[in-house]
Amino acid sequence: MRDEVQRLQLPESRTRGHSYFYLSVRRLSRKKLAMTCLIVIAIMYGSGVFAPLVAPHGYNDQDLSSVKERPSLTHPLGTDRLGRDMLSRVMYSLRTTVIITVTSLVTGALIIGVTLGLVAGYFGKWADGVIMRVGEVTSAFPDIFLVLIIVATVKPRILQWVRGMEDATGIDWIIRLGIVDYTVISLALAVFSWFGMARLVRGQVLQARENQYVEAARALGSSSKRILGRHLLPNVISPVIVSVSAGLGAVAGAEVVLSWLGIGIQPPTPSLGVMIFENGNISVLRSDPHLTLVPSSVLVLLLFTFSLLGDGLNDAFNPRAR
Amino acid sequence: MATYIVRRLIWVPVLLVIVSFITFALGRFGPGDPVQILLGQNFRQDAYDRIRAQQGLDDPIAVQYARYIGNALRGDFGESYQYRGRSVTDLLKSKIWISAQLNFAALLISVSLGVAAGLFAALRQGTWWDSAMVAFTLVGQSMHVFLTIPIALLIFSLKLGLLPTHGWDGFFSTSIILPAIVLGIPGVAIVTRLTRASTLDVIGQDYIRTARAKGLPERLVRMRHILRNSMIPVVTTLGFSLAGLASGSFIVELYFGIPGVGLLTIESLFSRDYPIIMAVTLLGTTLFVLANLIVDVIYPVLDPRIRLGGDYVAG
Repeated sequence: MRDEVQRLQLPESRTRGHSYFYLSVRRLSRKKLAMTCLIVIAIMYGSGVFAPLVAPHGYNDQDLSSVKERPSLTHPLGTDRLGRDMLSRVMYSLRTTVIITVTSLVTGALIIGVTLGLVAGYFGKWADGVIMRVGEVTSAFPDIFLVLIIVATVKPRILQWVRGMEDATGIDWIIRLGIVDYTVISLALAVFSWFGMARLVRGQVLQARENQYVEAARALGSSSKRILGRHLLPNVISPVIVSVSAGLGAVAGAEVVLSWLGIGIQPPTPSLGVMIFENGNISVLRSDPHLTLVPSSVLVLLLFTFSLLGDGLNDAFNPRAR
Repeated sequence: MATYIVRRLIWVPVLLVIVSFITFALGRFGPGDPVQILLGQNFRQDAYDRIRAQQGLDDPIAVQYARYIGNALRGDFGESYQYRGRSVTDLLKSKIWISAQLNFAALLISVSLGVAAGLFAALRQGTWWDSAMVAFTLVGQSMHVFLTIPIALLIFSLKLGLLPTHGWDGFFSTSIILPAIVLGIPGVAIVTRLTRASTLDVIGQDYIRTARAKGLPERLVRMRHILRNSMIPVVTTLGFSLAGLASGSFIVELYFGIPGVGLLTIESLFSRDYPIIMAVTLLGTTLFVLANLIVDVIYPVLDPRIRLGGDYVAG
């Protein structure tokens, strides 16, 4: 009943000049569950971004006099087999998650996916055909198999090449800081995630381009670039926002799997996958189950909040789609 | 309809050729020398050269690829590098059987629990039962195996000592229970959610009211009208799961030491066993693409309102 009342008021507020985006954000801000998720994500991403400032210890500070400790005041989540503080390691792992998810989603889904989706939907014909067929090839691989193969084969080659370059130039921080790992994994995950977004945007554009405002813009002499950027993009952006939330979860999960297998982020750079692997064997589980459960729980919390936020965003941005 | 299927079928082999070439090229690009894997640590240079020439590894990549495809079309996927003297086909057959059994057990759990829970929740819409089910689906969907495996092991193997922590003794044994449950949990959540949503959709339709109005017993309304129509989206997901039957879920297989396709794939990836990587990719892709096709073909049979053709979207 209250929903109906709100919806009836919509046209009035629209005359006061509120954009659809503003209204959607306002609808979202009224959803307690979605806002809670947003806050939890902000805390996790924030502690990742500011890990060097907020983490109580370094991610690699070993204290061999206090190994495998239970949670205490000095170590809120305990310590691992090398006496490293688990909380700090989780925070630095989230840093990895932030870097990987943001770079691969911005390059893959937002830049490549949205652009190609717009082009495929608007221009149609051969551009559409080529883009869709290429996308079908990248998504024909089962699960994350393509990412696995790319990372397993391309990364060692690039590492080799960068090592040669480092020797020649005297720079020594490229590999040490894990830049190669981050780049290759982000790009491989971008290859994995662009097509879903492109297909989504294409579908939206196919509908939107038949609208009269597009025709009007064309009649006024707008270029294709202007029609795409000023008229079509803002009108297809809501489903993009919704699917970004789902995409972030999927990418975060994939990175953890790669690192767990040992082909993703290389220790000592922390990653949830590395932590799950290091503390995942049955003897650790028997003696110190919290070591295994901490990184796994953080991962699940991350996936869970992204999926709940996605639902909330969907309700807020596509109120008619339900 | 027929032209649609034919067009889709023509695209499948093209897709497979491209996919296999990408895998082949990436495999050759990667580090590691297959002949060294074959020979082990100590070898003589002349033996190395001889085997390299014998395997045709000195030829240009296009020639190697053409030869591979030629053999593959005759059903010969070559010989594994790491398991010497065993043909890939032979090796895969036994592994697929193991993975398929495990995945089937998981699917059984997902579908039976999911459909039941979904129907249950939908028919009690608005009660706390319904809310509880919705909450479960939300949590269950995000339940990564990385968390469910340690919890399951902790409870059932370490604390209660009921089930083995790892190993494989076939379908009818205790060792399949934990991996199947762990694999099945996200599926239960997905199927529950789907079934609930589609059942609620169906319940609101006019033909359900008609069925009730003409005095059909509630049991028949539910069986014939509600269940049958609400199963359409569930069948779609089932189609995808069937494609997944032969491919291994490598995390679970690695954790529980189940010698299935997933374990073999990861092993091969690490030991640069190209023939196996190629075969697994081709197999997985074929199944995935065909499953998509089959789902699209079955759809209009279940729901005659859906018409194919028009906008051609291959997958």
